[in-house]
Amino acid sequence: MQAYVGETFFKRLIVFYIPLFLFVAVMLFPFYWMFITSIKPDFELYNVRRSPFIVSQATLEHWFYLFKETMFARWAWNTLWIATASTAISLFAGILAGYSLSRLRFPGSATFGISIFITYLVPPTLLFIPLASVIANLRLLDSPWALILTYPTILVPFSAWLLMGYFKTIPRELEECARIDGATRLQAMTKIILPLGMPGILSAGIFSFTLSWNEFLYALVFISSPQQKTIPVGVVSELMKGDVFFWGSLMAGALLGSIPVAFVYSFFVENYVSGMTGAVKG
Amino acid sequence: MKSTTPPISTVSSNTLEATARLPLGKRIGQWLENEAVLGYVLMVPALLLIVVFIAYPFSLGVWMSLTDKVVGTPGNFVGLANFAKLLRSEIFHQAAWNTVIFTIAATVIKAVFGMWLAILLNRKFRLARFTRATVLLPFIVPTVLSGLAWLWMFDATFSVFNWVLKWLWQMEISVFGLALKENWGYVRGPLWLGSPSLAMFSIILVNAWRGLPFFAISFLAGLQTVPPELYDAGNIDGTNEFQKFWHITLPLVKPIAVVVTVFSFVVTFSDFQVVYILTRGGPHNSTHLFATLAYQLGMTSGNLGEGAAAALFMFPILGLVILWQLFYLRREDSGG
Repeated sequence: MQAYVGETFFKRLIVFYIPLFLFVAVMLFPFYWMFITSIKPDFELYNVRRSPFIVSQATLEHWFYLFKETMFARWAWNTLWIATASTAISLFAGILAGYSLSRLRFPGSATFGISIFITYLVPPTLLFIPLASVIANLRLLDSPWALILTYPTILVPFSAWLLMGYFKTIPRELEECARIDGATRLQAMTKIILPLGMPGILSAGIFSFTLSWNEFLYALVFISSPQQKTIPVGVVSELMKGDVFFWGSLMAGALLGSIPVAFVYSFFVENYVSGMTGAVKG
Repeated sequence: MKSTTPPISTVSSNTLEATARLPLGKRIGQWLENEAVLGYVLMVPALLLIVVFIAYPFSLGVWMSLTDKVVGTPGNFVGLANFAKLLRSEIFHQAAWNTVIFTIAATVIKAVFGMWLAILLNRKFRLARFTRATVLLPFIVPTVLSGLAWLWMFDATFSVFNWVLKWLWQMEISVFGLALKENWGYVRGPLWLGSPSLAMFSIILVNAWRGLPFFAISFLAGLQTVPPELYDAGNIDGTNEFQKFWHITLPLVKPIAVVVTVFSFVVTFSDFQVVYILTRGGPHNSTHLFATLAYQLGMTSGNLGEGAAAALFMFPILGLVILWQLFYLRREDSGG
């Protein structure tokens, strides 16, 4: 960290406080906007003469609308279940692959490592059309399993890559000691590497969970009936029908769909950040 | 039990006969003691997922792009007709050009402002940890949901930006009394998503807003590895802030900056959500990207073959990026 001694307050204000304040304001303004819109009654919302920044008669009608007139609660449940299940599958596959590639020597391991890395850089937008027909052939269209099984394709390469880097930092000697004491290779993995690798696994898990919570394209393409949708797709497709949008409830839905990930994130900021930066560093 | 266990390293040929008589569970256990066997077995779940849901769909996509498949039919082989048709079509040229502008502009904005924010966050100040956590929010929350907030802020009638512009304009009139030709009481202000160039500007802005924290926090991780002594040395040599940034910070942050930028390039290049929410490619296809064009052709119109071909046009660029990245990482590895 760079020390700035002898800087006058005025200079500090110009080069530091004001720019930082502007950055934070720009980053957070849309969230303020979601909130203020969601609690404004319609007559305030659709009146250009009023100042849009404040609300005079706050109301929760848009929030009630979300739960009474739409399937928001159902979408939230779907999203939670899909995100949890696909995170579990990804962690399972990612931990095993990450361990194998970072610790075991076998012919072709370098090739596997490279193929994992390549799939990491293959975006969903490249694959969604043929993938939709694969899902249709597996009779999984419109089922949560379509997403539970396809999200790991985005998450496993990422988790394996992240965990490979993480497992490499655990000293090999610890495992060798355990094996001299009679532990099998599998035991050495589950008893030594997994507990010590917990921070890395937690990072991969948090990151995977938020990615699956936020995923949009596959959920949009593979799911069609309203009661099977996830929050992002449900809010966008079921609340934006026709020409008139109900901005109050749209913003309430947007905010409510964002809060759970923000909540999870707030508890694990450090893990999330190390997952994010670790995944690009490899 | 210890006596029947063979040496830990590998199962040698003379113990194979002995292991054959052991119960199945034990035999599998010993089999897994072989480093290579365990290595392959542990790869199975990941490889299965990758083969079934990435490698197979990819080859299926290549096949589909060579057919005239529409929803519900098997489709006939048409060779490169889909690619040829796309290359001749105006909308495809437009989408390709849009993707270039969108990717370059958004990536440059994110890299430059991300570096600036990272440098600010690298200082010591009260609430530093809290601020770092807060600025990452746009990156955390579902893109389509924050995109909805932007859609509302860009609304033709109720845009908050236009409200502010109008308010500033009225302030100007009441303070300076300069009324120009247009009267903002009747003019709505810019149509952020309604005119081609402004719509492109708007989707770039939203993409940059969403991706900037990723750059800032990754760059910050890089900045924190720069030893402070180097700046002290710089201070002794009498360098200014810019020189310190250019000659000390930048070279040390470069490795991580390159990887982050390339990674973001891939995500930006293949972006779908921002455009889908804000413009659906309009007005007049002025904001279509490869991904949204592929969606429109394949999903909205049901021409799966054509859609698959449009998506595959992303592949050469992505392939180049992947090759370069592999080369770069390997060089970094060997170079230490």
